[in-house]
Amino acid sequence: MIGTWKRWLVPLAAVPVLGLLAYGFRTDPRAIPSPLVGRSAAAFSLTTFDGQPVSLEAYRGRVIVLNFWASWCYPACYEEAPVLEAGWRAYRDRGVVVLGVDIQDTEAAARRFIAQFGLTFPNAPDPTGRVSIDYGVYGVPETFVIDQRGKIRAKHVGAVTEALFREKVEPLLGEAPG
Amino acid sequence: MRRGSIVLLVGLLAAAWVAEAAVNEDQVTAIATQLRCVVCQNLSVADSPSEMARQMRDVIRERLARGESPEQVVAYFVDKYGEWILLSPRPQGFNLVVWVAPFAGLFAGLGVVLLVVLRWTRRPAAPPEALAPADRERVRAELERLDE
Repeated sequence: MIGTWKRWLVPLAAVPVLGLLAYGFRTDPRAIPSPLVGRSAAAFSLTTFDGQPVSLEAYRGRVIVLNFWASWCYPACYEEAPVLEAGWRAYRDRGVVVLGVDIQDTEAAARRFIAQFGLTFPNAPDPTGRVSIDYGVYGVPETFVIDQRGKIRAKHVGAVTEALFREKVEPLLGEAPG
Repeated sequence: MRRGSIVLLVGLLAAAWVAEAAVNEDQVTAIATQLRCVVCQNLSVADSPSEMARQMRDVIRERLARGESPEQVVAYFVDKYGEWILLSPRPQGFNLVVWVAPFAGLFAGLGVVLLVVLRWTRRPAAPPEALAPADRERVRAELERLDE
């Protein structure tokens, strides 16, 4: 004879499995928390497509919006390019610099992209990938907000929207450099 | 003086070259195998043909050439990407569950099999019941008919 508790054994065993599945399916496997937020940004020095040197150190004292992109990153990078350009124009006089880092790309395609959107903020290729690996980048676009003291304050995965400037950049503007 | 500095420069270059060449490719592969290719689905940095994975292998090679230990190289990637970069989670804390659960399941299954087998063997097949005289007579008659 089967005891009454045994009849409940199988359905009960399914409960933790269902719980795990319910949890697993509701988390976004692409949302990988970055361990870098709150830490000092890794130093880098690159040369822009215009031949100008850019480095983290040179922008000390300004809020940096460091954007990793690629010309093949469609549609997210195409959606955010005008937003970044508008943000750069709106905030450049208030101590903000937008810096684009083009990764895993060809120079010709990257230059076409910059021309297509008429980007005027500095953009530099990362031909060895060192900078993107130093920033733990696993896809494009990814954007870091770095404060006046060189600390990473926010990381945004996916296309940048106007909200990033309003909610992550704007509050930092009053902070003292150094 | 100038000759001395040229000799020194050549010496340094040679030393750098030797250090670069001293990196064991097997060691690079061994480290790359532990790391998740960040732009792939379930591929290690060693297995992926992607540009990003190639660049990560370059970083591994460069760090080993600089004299870092394999543990330090792995720690660098964990520092930048978090534990997520490791294809096998480290056996510590909550991660232990994924290391222990399969073996726990295996042993639990073996236990169940053992119990079931014991139950089968402990209850020996019932001895054949003595045939009723009428049946015995019938079997005998059937056998006789077969012999004919």
